[in-house]
Amino acid sequence: MKKNKTECSSLSFSDTIFKSISIISVCLTFIIVTGIFVQLVWNSRESIEKFGFSFLFTQQWNPVTSVFGAASSIYGTLATTVIAMAIAVPLSILVALFLSELAHPLISKFVGICIELLAAIPSIIYGMWGLFVFAPVMSKTLQPFLQKNFGFLKIFNGHKIGIGVLTAGIILAVMVLPFITSVVCDVFKMVPNVLKESAYGMGSTTWEVTHKVTIRYGLSSIVGACFLGLGRALGETMAVTFVIGNRHKISASLFDAGNTIASTLANEFAEASEPLYLSSLIELGLVLFVLTFIMQVLAQFWLAKMKKSFGGGL
Amino acid sequence: MRLRPMYARQIVDMSVKLISVLSSLIGICVLVLIIYEVIARGIAACSLSFFTELPAPPGMGEGGVANAIIGTLIITVLASLIGVPVGLLAGIFLAEFGKDTKFSEVTIFILNVIIGIPSIIIGLFVYTVLVKPFGSFSGYAGAVALAIIMLPVIARTAQDMLLLVPNSLRESAFALGMPYWRVILSVVFRYARSGLTTAILLAIARVSGETAPLLFTALNSQYWIESLTQPTANLTVTIYNYAISPYTDWQQIAWGASLLIMIGVLTVNIFARLVFKPKFR
Repeated sequence: MKKNKTECSSLSFSDTIFKSISIISVCLTFIIVTGIFVQLVWNSRESIEKFGFSFLFTQQWNPVTSVFGAASSIYGTLATTVIAMAIAVPLSILVALFLSELAHPLISKFVGICIELLAAIPSIIYGMWGLFVFAPVMSKTLQPFLQKNFGFLKIFNGHKIGIGVLTAGIILAVMVLPFITSVVCDVFKMVPNVLKESAYGMGSTTWEVTHKVTIRYGLSSIVGACFLGLGRALGETMAVTFVIGNRHKISASLFDAGNTIASTLANEFAEASEPLYLSSLIELGLVLFVLTFIMQVLAQFWLAKMKKSFGGGL
Repeated sequence: MRLRPMYARQIVDMSVKLISVLSSLIGICVLVLIIYEVIARGIAACSLSFFTELPAPPGMGEGGVANAIIGTLIITVLASLIGVPVGLLAGIFLAEFGKDTKFSEVTIFILNVIIGIPSIIIGLFVYTVLVKPFGSFSGYAGAVALAIIMLPVIARTAQDMLLLVPNSLRESAFALGMPYWRVILSVVFRYARSGLTTAILLAIARVSGETAPLLFTALNSQYWIESLTQPTANLTVTIYNYAISPYTDWQQIAWGASLLIMIGVLTVNIFARLVFKPKFR
């Protein structure tokens, strides 16, 4: 009887240890998130104290006179993201439609792997490719075309040098495409077949079923997927740094060079020797962190909505 | 309700299908173009000295990136040694001990959010914690940054894989009198082996191509690695530095290094997807 008891307690003892180790690992993630926030705020205190809220609205970024403002970086981040989303969202819904409804299962599998591999290619390679291969092509084809046909719009009028906000946006679109596609594809597959079949039974065409039944049914998750992609696009660093041109100026033309928060960080961090310069850069990072955090929370919120109505996860 | 003629609807339908096929083709074309360009431009850089020698000054030719290759391997292995066990343990908690509790729901939410935080922010965080206080960029800091990026990815996928293990297996192991940790490690893990391997391989592949966090942590160096407490050479930051330099021979080396990274990452990806196919999917 006594022996039995000790055995039982020793069993639960080893389990307690294992369980506490696993709880510690989980708590680490909480520590990391709060740590990121606290550290970024703490290390940017100098710049927060000096510039206050005007940091967000000042366009000037001058290390020589020690005046730092994030406006151009924030503008560039938002502009590239908007371009990327405008291209990537329709494209990924169409690709998901092809993968889930139109293609033969084998073809769908092959194309699906190709799209996933797009996500696997490191962003620095997108950067190299964008700078040395895509930018020259842009300056010879797409930019003259846009300027010739839509040149009356200010955004498509400027120097056709290949690198700039528009090029960065297009590269970003390719990079977020796989993320949105994979979620949208899952959503399409989760829509109950009965719903689709009844719509087909009414004589609807594939497109009508897709945009009136499938997309409407999974709308909240598709919105969630878009926010996921948005978060990715906001924080993408290396690819953008290569092709955006790195200039602290808000310019009306999308052909002109600009910068994003991430590209400024990557580009200037090594030069930042002064404490104020460094803390301004870290404050930029804080702005980016807050922005992406909000996007991720929104994404999870929309994805969770779908989960509740399905009783299953994505 | 307004009735539209059938042919108009069919034309719309056909054109959407056509555009849909075209969009998929665009995706594949971009992938093929990128792979083609990197191979075509990178292959010229691959000589024996590329793999065995230190970087040469511009214009001297015949330089290599041997130190960066070793550095990337060391940093990635170290990051995996930290990130994989911690991630697996967190995944175990979510799928086993804390299953269906409020706490694990919150954790899953936080993990999903961390997965979406840009890697450059993680790099900045590690800079403020491990580089600034110690006064030097270091290989260790780089490894920690990559481990933090890995952790949530592995935790979430491990959780998904472990949840797919049938309960009857756990119950039969309990019936043999095993403690819970033995049940998890020798029964549940064995069943989910292929899925877990895929998850870990994909996570390692993902971080091995990361550049942004290393810019703030491991930085780069021109020399052999003597200690990981110093700035440590690595392939991705080398690519960055060389690609934006004005020297064509350095750019050539950057393409070679890109080829190396790309082959590594894509091989692991394809290998993980084809060989370790999770049996329950």
